[in-house]
Amino acid sequence: MNYDAIVIGAGMSGLAAGIRLAMFGKKVCVLEKHTIAGGLNSYYQRRIKETKEIAQFDVGLHALTNFATKGERGKPLTKMLKQLRIPYDDLNLCSQGYSLIDFPEKQLRFTNDFEFLKNEINEKFPHQIDAFNKLVVKIGTFNELDLNANYVSSREVLKQYLSDKLLVEMILAPLLIYGSAWEKDMDFNQFVIMFKSIYFEGFSRPKGGVRTIIDKLISRLKEEGGELRFRHGVEDILTKNGKVVGVRTTKGEELYSNKVFSSAGLPETMELAKQESEASIGRMTFLEAICLTKSVPTQNEFGPTIVFHNNSEKYHYEGAKDFFDNRSAVVCCPNNYEPEHRDTYGCFRVTFMANYEKFKSLERSAYLEKKDQAYEEALKIIKNVSPNVKMDVVLKDVFTPTTVERYTWKKRGTVYGSPNKIRNGKTDIEGLYVIGTDQGFLGIVGAILSGISLGNLYGLMES
Amino acid sequence: MTAEEVKQVVLDIISDVAPDEEVSDINSAESLRDQLDLDSMDFLDIVMELRKRHSVEVPSEDYPRLATLDSCVEYLTPKM
Repeated sequence: MNYDAIVIGAGMSGLAAGIRLAMFGKKVCVLEKHTIAGGLNSYYQRRIKETKEIAQFDVGLHALTNFATKGERGKPLTKMLKQLRIPYDDLNLCSQGYSLIDFPEKQLRFTNDFEFLKNEINEKFPHQIDAFNKLVVKIGTFNELDLNANYVSSREVLKQYLSDKLLVEMILAPLLIYGSAWEKDMDFNQFVIMFKSIYFEGFSRPKGGVRTIIDKLISRLKEEGGELRFRHGVEDILTKNGKVVGVRTTKGEELYSNKVFSSAGLPETMELAKQESEASIGRMTFLEAICLTKSVPTQNEFGPTIVFHNNSEKYHYEGAKDFFDNRSAVVCCPNNYEPEHRDTYGCFRVTFMANYEKFKSLERSAYLEKKDQAYEEALKIIKNVSPNVKMDVVLKDVFTPTTVERYTWKKRGTVYGSPNKIRNGKTDIEGLYVIGTDQGFLGIVGAILSGISLGNLYGLMES
Repeated sequence: MTAEEVKQVVLDIISDVAPDEEVSDINSAESLRDQLDLDSMDFLDIVMELRKRHSVEVPSEDYPRLATLDSCVEYLTPKM
């Protein structure tokens, strides 16, 4: 079978690239190994024993970043929706109340109004506000979408602006854990993407969670005549004389095309193409404990949407030495929005940095025991953050780096991929492009824009 | 197509590409980019839609000819 383009993976970037190509008459096939789309930002279901109801959990991002109001100009979210011809109202977004950066000495709250965070910093770090404002100017004028930029350490840049180390740690914490494939630090380019998407723009949630976005992308792809095959992984990327010619699927079928867009990850893609690669596999992996509670927490019991909790003045963003690192955690209350956006149950998700190799080495029973231990630790953190919350749990679950690996085929379950990003998407093989996480735009909006930009550049403009 | 029809074609495409924009207020002699929230991605879409709907090819060196509604009409009318 011949196609104008083949897309590996029906995650956010793959679906977006598929839609763009199909929109303008390209014959495109999106291949997905799993039975559900979404990739790193997906969902799964579990039955609540007591009531026999089916509960749905999001995996991946805790909230949609890059909040923008309807029709707001020049914003990534509005750009993305325009390019995919998805009406803003279809996402049914609800803006967050506030989120919290929770360190022992100080706390900073932020909302989707950047002035709020400025006021917080002015109040808690008055000696740093002028320096912070200068940093904000630098970030505001920085072109983070430059496809040819090189790695620059964010800590080095921050040091030039901010003298208070605690403030640096507090600003960095959410940005690192929501996107950095590097340990301890991140590329300044990615720092700017994250800073804008989280602090300038902020968090929201589509009603129905991530599935609302996924279902919308799938229906757009189908409307435009794109083909989507589930349970079809890619076994080999076929090349000839340094050029891509197609793929062989896990079903043994060969599909031919001289353009292949892969969201499998850079090291993973090069392995499928049997090509040597210097791209390393990321060190950052996570585990997450999830629980549903019968009582939906009130604003008094649990106010913030997301809490970035850390137990010392230094934020340790690194692969966990033990199974997981309880020195810090992200506590997300994904339903914590206005009443009409709340679900029937309360939900908490607690994320710890984790150690893939340790979990991988465990026998089944020891693995389950370790998951229980992580769950207990998560409950402690929730209690610590908010002592009044009622934990009448009806369903709990824990996923680990090995779970992520099993369903996303990202090596080591690295949700932020390889530290080696290829901004322009080009590999050493002609016609083979990397999109999604390892192209380097971050979050759901970033991944979708990655698929759109590279689909436009190599699929539409070059032909 | 008449100039008036071409103008309508362009306006239809703009309202599909940028659904939140009010196209009835456009000043046809002024730059589209100054009046509407259109970036290079949107211009690509206008060009792609012209090809898809009316089989008109606009090579990238001619993109500046699409700057205003008047210049669009002037450039596209002989091609349609």
